Amino acid sequence: MSGDPALTLTGSRLRRSATLVWRGMRSEPRLYVLAVAASALFGAATVAVSRAVGWATDAVVVPAVAGDPAAQDRIWQAGLVLAAVALTLALGVAGRRIWAGYGFAAIQAHHRRGLTRQYLRLPVSWHRAHPAGRLLSGASADVEAATGVFNPLPFALGVVVMIVVAAAMLLAVDVWLAVAALLVVPAAVAANVVFQRHMAPAATRAQQLRAEVADVAHESFEGALLVKSLGTADREERRFAERTDELRAANVRVGTVRAVFDPVIELLPSLGTLAVLGVGTWRASTGAVDAGDVVTAAYLLTVMAVPVRAFGWVLGELPRALVGYDRIAAVLDARASLAPGEHALPRGAGGLAVRLEDVGVDVPAAGATATLLDGVDVDVAPGTTVAVVGSTGAGKTTLVSLLARLSDPSRGRVLLDGTDVRDLAAGEIPSQVALVTQQTFVFEDTVRANVTLADPGDEGAPDDAAVWEALRVARVDDVVRELPGGLDAPLGERGANLSGGQRQRLAIARALVRRPRLLVLDDATSAVDPRVESEILGALSSAAGDAGGQATTVVMVAYRMSSVALADVVVHLEGGRVVDVGPHAELLARDDGYRDLATAYERETARRARELADEAAAGETASEEAP
Amino acid sequence: MSTSRIASASELGVLATLRRGVQISPQIVDGLWLTLALAVLAAAGRVVVPVAVQRTIDDGILAAGGPDAARVALLTGLAAGAVVVAGLCTAVVNVRLFRRTEAGLAELRVQAFRHVHDLSTLAQGTERRGALVSRVTSDVDTISLFVQWGGIQLLVSTLQVLVATALMAVYSWQLTLVVWACFVPLFLVLRRAQGTVNRAYAAVRQAVGAMLGAISEAVVGAETVRAYGVAARTGRRVDAAVETTRATQARAQLLVSSVFSSGVLVANLVLAVVVVVGTLLGVGGGLTAGQVVAFLFLVQLFTGPVQQATEILNELQNAVAGWRRVLAVLETPVDVAEAADAVPSPRGPAAVTLRGVRFGYPGGPEVLHGVDLELPARRKVAVVGRTGSGKTTIAKLVTRLMDPTEGQVLLDGVDLRRLTLSSLRERVVLVPQEGFLFDGTVEENVAYGLRPEPTGDAAGTRARVTEAVEALGLSDWVAGLPQGLATPVGQRGEALSAGERQLVAIARAYLAAPDLLVLDEATSAVDPAAEVRIARALDSLTSGRSTLTIAHRLSTAEASDLVVVVDDGHVVEVGGHEELAAAGGVYARMHASWVAQTR
Ligand SMILES: Nc1ncnc2c1ncn2[C@@H]1O[C@H](COP(=O)(O)OP(=O)(O)O)[C@@H](O)[C@H]1O
Ligand SMILES: Nc1ncnc2c1ncn2[C@@H]1O[C@H](COP(=O)(O)OP(=O)(O)O)[C@@H](O)[C@H]1O
Ligand SMILES: [Mg+2]
Ligand SMILES: [Mg+2]
Repeated sequence: MSGDPALTLTGSRLRRSATLVWRGMRSEPRLYVLAVAASALFGAATVAVSRAVGWATDAVVVPAVAGDPAAQDRIWQAGLVLAAVALTLALGVAGRRIWAGYGFAAIQAHHRRGLTRQYLRLPVSWHRAHPAGRLLSGASADVEAATGVFNPLPFALGVVVMIVVAAAMLLAVDVWLAVAALLVVPAAVAANVVFQRHMAPAATRAQQLRAEVADVAHESFEGALLVKSLGTADREERRFAERTDELRAANVRVGTVRAVFDPVIELLPSLGTLAVLGVGTWRASTGAVDAGDVVTAAYLLTVMAVPVRAFGWVLGELPRALVGYDRIAAVLDARASLAPGEHALPRGAGGLAVRLEDVGVDVPAAGATATLLDGVDVDVAPGTTVAVVGSTGAGKTTLVSLLARLSDPSRGRVLLDGTDVRDLAAGEIPSQVALVTQQTFVFEDTVRANVTLADPGDEGAPDDAAVWEALRVARVDDVVRELPGGLDAPLGERGANLSGGQRQRLAIARALVRRPRLLVLDDATSAVDPRVESEILGALSSAAGDAGGQATTVVMVAYRMSSVALADVVVHLEGGRVVDVGPHAELLARDDGYRDLATAYERETARRARELADEAAAGETASEEAP
Repeated sequence: MSTSRIASASELGVLATLRRGVQISPQIVDGLWLTLALAVLAAAGRVVVPVAVQRTIDDGILAAGGPDAARVALLTGLAAGAVVVAGLCTAVVNVRLFRRTEAGLAELRVQAFRHVHDLSTLAQGTERRGALVSRVTSDVDTISLFVQWGGIQLLVSTLQVLVATALMAVYSWQLTLVVWACFVPLFLVLRRAQGTVNRAYAAVRQAVGAMLGAISEAVVGAETVRAYGVAARTGRRVDAAVETTRATQARAQLLVSSVFSSGVLVANLVLAVVVVVGTLLGVGGGLTAGQVVAFLFLVQLFTGPVQQATEILNELQNAVAGWRRVLAVLETPVDVAEAADAVPSPRGPAAVTLRGVRFGYPGGPEVLHGVDLELPARRKVAVVGRTGSGKTTIAKLVTRLMDPTEGQVLLDGVDLRRLTLSSLRERVVLVPQEGFLFDGTVEENVAYGLRPEPTGDAAGTRARVTEAVEALGLSDWVAGLPQGLATPVGQRGEALSAGERQLVAIARAYLAAPDLLVLDEATSAVDPAAEVRIARALDSLTSGRSTLTIAHRLSTAEASDLVVVVDDGHVVEVGGHEELAAAGGVYARMHASWVAQTR
């Protein structure tokens, strides 16, 4: 993508508008050619109708009623001609509308696909900075705004021909008449300039507020459980109502500008017609034109009134379209992607070797940078199990997410089997590294699809036996068996119909089924009871044992000492730095901070026992003294 | 796809939908009569112009004896006046409509939003967030197009049709009948088409909702999608939803365009019919040529509004489709509702009793099979049990996020269903495992627990937040944050670590100062040392209050007054820690393995 020219529009407003329109039509050339052609047909038929009515009046109605037998014979012929023109006109309208509608829908789909592609491509760090509600609004409100102009567009373009022909005819009749009629054009341009100046800021604000309203709604619905449990629905309602009211005011502002602009554009052709009549009378009285010419000119303008209005619609939609398009382009132009490299990661037999070399991670925080990791050197031999231990906020998640390349370090390198993760081609890392995140995400799909993350029939999708095996190792097979439909049971959004621990185990199965060479567990068993946790960890090592002794490399963030004790090596992390590395027993002996963490419960139990004993002793003394 | 409890659209008919819509947003019809009068004036102005042009041509320019300048000047002057007045009226009408409908629709958004929060967590959980958001955003936007323009135009067009009919009848009642006869089939077709158009638009709205649901999955699941390299598949799923939207839009457009073009066809065919029938009548001596010509002109004043009306009827169906989706939210019954005769629950030490409580999630098996429990006031109760045994379910029933299918939950002896929700929420607060944070600072999130919402006094709020942070022993942690209490937490709190989010959630619940605090694995992602610190702090701070703690780390149970062991939906043991640990039952085994694990 890096080679693409930026999509953001630049230059004058006219130029940006033209580019916007051109890009849209170019993305659906066939539909727009058809729509504009149908619109031209419609334009021609519109003129033809008025001509045919005029001809029928002069050549048939008047003479026939006056008793001309030849004209009387032509009555049915006139009817047929008019009917044929009517049919052409209707077909023109149908074609224009249908193809314009198809084109409109196709451009919307095009934008939406582009946006979601980009949402999926941009790294997690970008997503953190862009609220979900706003991104959703991008795919709905911004796309709608950016494409609103394409509905009336073929209409306006198709009748360009008609307007040009009409202008030529007027000029042929009389220059002064033409000037009177065509004064409409500069007047419309002037009105439009004023309109755009007022509309652009109003539309920008409305569009932004639309996104904010979506954002508040999304966030608030996402926090629904919190809102309910604290009983703060009133407060949320107020918050939403405030934004909604701002949106209302902004929409009214947009509406007011349009409310004035629309009638102005609408009345211009009428005023033009009247001007033609006035000027025409003067020209006819001087004998420069005859009365028939004036009538023709006036009639042409009347016929053109509606198509000219179509231009008004296009112009009226343009400011909003530019705003919407700019908002979309800003996403599409975001360059925060983690560019993949080219190297393959050979599929070896055993676990991956993992190496972190002097790794540091900084993130921007209020103008300054916050250092989340610094000088981290860790070397993990293939097949070993490493526990990462540290207090809350020490940087454990930051560290392990580097291994799956959810983000890149600011300094240093992350090596998998000796290759820098930045050099690995797309898809290489997920095929050999599985990360079970601290917070599990469940797709609204079946259990099977949530484990395989593939569609049935996809190449390399694990079969049901493999899925059951993974579920078994993650100790969640019993739960799935009891669900109606088993593997086919649908899971609600974010897995609402599972308990927290069940969700976590499903996520572990999801990782296991891929037979990763590096399994990263980020506190992935926090909601699992200790017995099941040790079962899972035990099963992991025995599963590895079955695979011919070639164990998977496991990096896990854990708090439970039973889990930690299973690890070959423990990395003690504090404040983004590695304090010590070594086997659990050794750290316990030499690392005070580690001992504090590891023995917290034990010491607490002891302290409580002491307290109880003291209380009991105090109670005894008290009761002894009482009598 | 799991079935949503919120219907995809209301079942109301078109008129009932409009009526209900206006009932909810009465602002829409505020001052409607004046607006309508102005709209009629504007429409009349628009009709005056072609008539004036016609007259200017006939009586002025084509006047016998050459163009009559004075007459032309008079007529064009009058017409220009009419045009400007019509324009002014249109502008005023537009502004009035915009103001009122935007006010009405804002009201609709807020009501629907509120209703979503009033629904039980179970009902909320059945609909995707993205789709819910679309109900208060894009669905409402769909309505605005129609009400801002269509509604009033429909009335005006109808009036115009009536006026034109009257004028035509003055010239020739026979031809008028013929014209109407031509339009009758169109009206019949229109009537039938409305249903189809309506379904097509409903399909569009539903497709858009589903599409936003799919996109929201790609956005919210960003981390998982990347960790498993399934961007391509997720993309395909979204593409499918986008394509469905496009296809339904195209289908709706096809229908609407066909309906509109048949209106255009009939309107122009009528000209042919009038020429033929009119001339035949003229030949038969019933009409003069002038009358036929004039009639041809009037017919166009008639067909214009008819065509516009077909357009508006289509737009109406679109609006109704959007309206029905919003109304469906409002129609979803609130399943955990406050009784009409609910009484407030007075503050004070809280005791909870569960009596024969059974519960099953909708469509699923029963997960609690008759639970009886006494949770005495001022006591620390720990609930332990295996994953999936029903602990969270008990917590949700105690906090009345759901109601039992059978049996009762009592707070101080009163059934929760008989208490006002606000007093209940004030007294009983749940801290779930995944602490949700709003996109704001640490301070704002902690202060969210203050109820009622503090107004104005920022220093006071900060003092209370600081005090809570200190009391819970979190000062060091806060001091270590880049900007202390002012550190932004990111959306959903993602700029904090999972454990840190739980710390904030606990501080928030602490500030909420409930009589009963229910902690459902609320410290599961916090390191042991910090957990022990917090537990101890809460112990001393909440003495006098009741706590119900669910935790896998049995240190909590050791420190509690009462341990409740849940297994497979039954309470199997209740007692003090020492007592149960010595009893040799389920708890004793759990505790032994816990002790072994922590050493
Ligand atoms: N995107 C971010 N922006 C700023 N700070 C962050 C971001 N992500 C994490 N942090 C901070 O970095 C520290 C380490 O976080 P994390 O690695 O999640 O800790 P843990 O060891 O608990 O997993 C925390 O103090 C957290 O607040
Ligand atoms: N929203 C839900 N819909 C359907 N079933 C659910 C839902 N939440 C939980 N369950 C089921 O209810 C049972 C008890 O869950 P829960 O109370 O969350 O257990 P835990 O003891 O782990 O907290 C589990 O078998 C789970 O599958
Ligand atoms: Mg973490
Ligand atoms: Mg639970």
